[in-house]
Amino acid sequence: MTRPRAVEQTPAARANLPDRAWAAVLTVLGLAVLAVAAMIIAELLRVGGPALKHTGLIAFVGNSVWDVTRDVYGALPFIYGTLVTSGVALVLALPVSIGLALFLTEMAPARMRSIVSFPIALLAGIPSVVYGLWGLFVLVPILRNPIEPLLARTHLPIFTGAPIGLGYLAAGVVMAIMILPTITSIAIEVLQTVPGALREAALALGATRWEAIRIAVLPYARAGIVGATMLGLGRALGETMAVTMVIGNSPTIRASLFAPGYSLPAVIANEFAEASGDMQTGALAALGLLLFAVTVLLNIAARVLVRMSRRGPARVAA
Amino acid sequence: MSLRRFTNGFMTALCALALLVALVPLVSLLWLVVSHGVKGLSLDFFTAIPAPVGETGGGVANAIAGTLYIVGIACAFGVPLGVGAGVYLAERGDSPLGDAIRFTAEVLSGVPSIVVGIVAYALVVLPMRRFSALAGGAALAVLMVPTLARSTEELVRLVPRSLREASLALGVPEWRTSLRVVLRTALGGIMTAILLAVARAAGETAPLLFTSLNNQYWNWRVDQPTASLTVQIFNYAVSPYQDWHDKAWSAALVLLLLVGTLSLAGRLLSRSRVR
Repeated sequence: MTRPRAVEQTPAARANLPDRAWAAVLTVLGLAVLAVAAMIIAELLRVGGPALKHTGLIAFVGNSVWDVTRDVYGALPFIYGTLVTSGVALVLALPVSIGLALFLTEMAPARMRSIVSFPIALLAGIPSVVYGLWGLFVLVPILRNPIEPLLARTHLPIFTGAPIGLGYLAAGVVMAIMILPTITSIAIEVLQTVPGALREAALALGATRWEAIRIAVLPYARAGIVGATMLGLGRALGETMAVTMVIGNSPTIRASLFAPGYSLPAVIANEFAEASGDMQTGALAALGLLLFAVTVLLNIAARVLVRMSRRGPARVAA
Repeated sequence: MSLRRFTNGFMTALCALALLVALVPLVSLLWLVVSHGVKGLSLDFFTAIPAPVGETGGGVANAIAGTLYIVGIACAFGVPLGVGAGVYLAERGDSPLGDAIRFTAEVLSGVPSIVVGIVAYALVVLPMRRFSALAGGAALAVLMVPTLARSTEELVRLVPRSLREASLALGVPEWRTSLRVVLRTALGGIMTAILLAVARAAGETAPLLFTSLNNQYWNWRVDQPTASLTVQIFNYAVSPYQDWHDKAWSAALVLLLLVGTLSLAGRLLSRSRVR
């Protein structure tokens, strides 16, 4: 009937106070994300910094001896194991993920994508320790016999030695399965941003579907797919439980993928709780710091790439 | 021409094969967890605490309770922070600060969970001088925040502008509009996001190994080591005893059921509320 009561009864200044309080609360909560990030860096530096300083960064990264009893901490075997297993995982997962993403976005009917998205989400939702269990009792025996003896027949230097099952190869295979949904889902997201007109232009010129993918779709999506791969790599580098359970936990550097090794997260997982003294705890935290730095840099680069490709090359040019 | 057709067909077949290759490990894993795990399930498994080495029987009741307990602690810290940060990003995040926070959250979600475990160790275990449920909860909370913030932001942004404007036009103050109109509309989606985050947290092992550690007995104290389903699976799996291996499979089945129920509940909730 008359003017709204709320406006009449509440003076502007009083109405503003709760609004400003609400805005302040929200801003504090938003800033908390930055605080969490700062806290992670500060705590890693606080616990890991002294050990890193004591050993020296170059010696820490370059030394291949990890001897707790003599307080000698060289991270090279773990860095090597992390890189080798992640490399194996990428080599195995990348073709499958890209193929799967192409199949679902470019080839299969749209309904199939929504059906298949469920098992992919399922694959991503299975806890790491369950993958480890499966790896330990299912994958490792299969690798021991018949896969590794078969691979050994190629006489390649990376496929030599006793086929014990536990080792770099087992860790890489489990990792590949675990990063597959990550790469696939981001690759799908990237492929969906490719404008239909590009595809249609190629098809109109007489290209087959595969040729259209090769000349129109993939070049457009390249940056995004590289980004998706880097995010997958980031997950692989930090993967802990499944790797700890199947890599063999031996701080050595071997060329053969059949050999048991160790990785950065695995050594932290195995030794941290029982670390004797501040030096070992510090050295393990320094490994964590190293892992943190690498994954953050990878993630930043990957996010930038994915964002760039979401915007599309056309707009970047214009 | 025929070569081009052949290449096209061949590549299509390869891509379809990728689907099969991806499904094989999934089917194998689910089948084995169910078939191995179901044998060890009994009433005892859900109600008893672990039997000492060498004795048969016993269960993982304390580990199931411990997982729920630690995840509960994580929610107490992680949910308000994560959802709040998400609301901030949606409501006032169109600024350089908002971009920085958004980007930080994205990057944080890629930080390995074991690294977060070290941080929780430094923050909680070191000053308290003991492993505790609180430390485990703190680690899981830190893991929840970035993902929750991102998904909450997306959900709040889905709320139609006209709804907010209608409320403001009626003279409802901004904070009430945020709480009673915008957040209430997005609530179903946010509940889904929370359930999915809880499911993920319940499946974490690495950050619990040296924060909440493990416990053979019941524990309800925040400052004591606490068993969790995931750490228990790990310990059983790497042990040399066949009986413990069987228990690991059964515990894995229980964990998958727990995680699956949470995610499924989340998805059903979003389906019924959003549409």
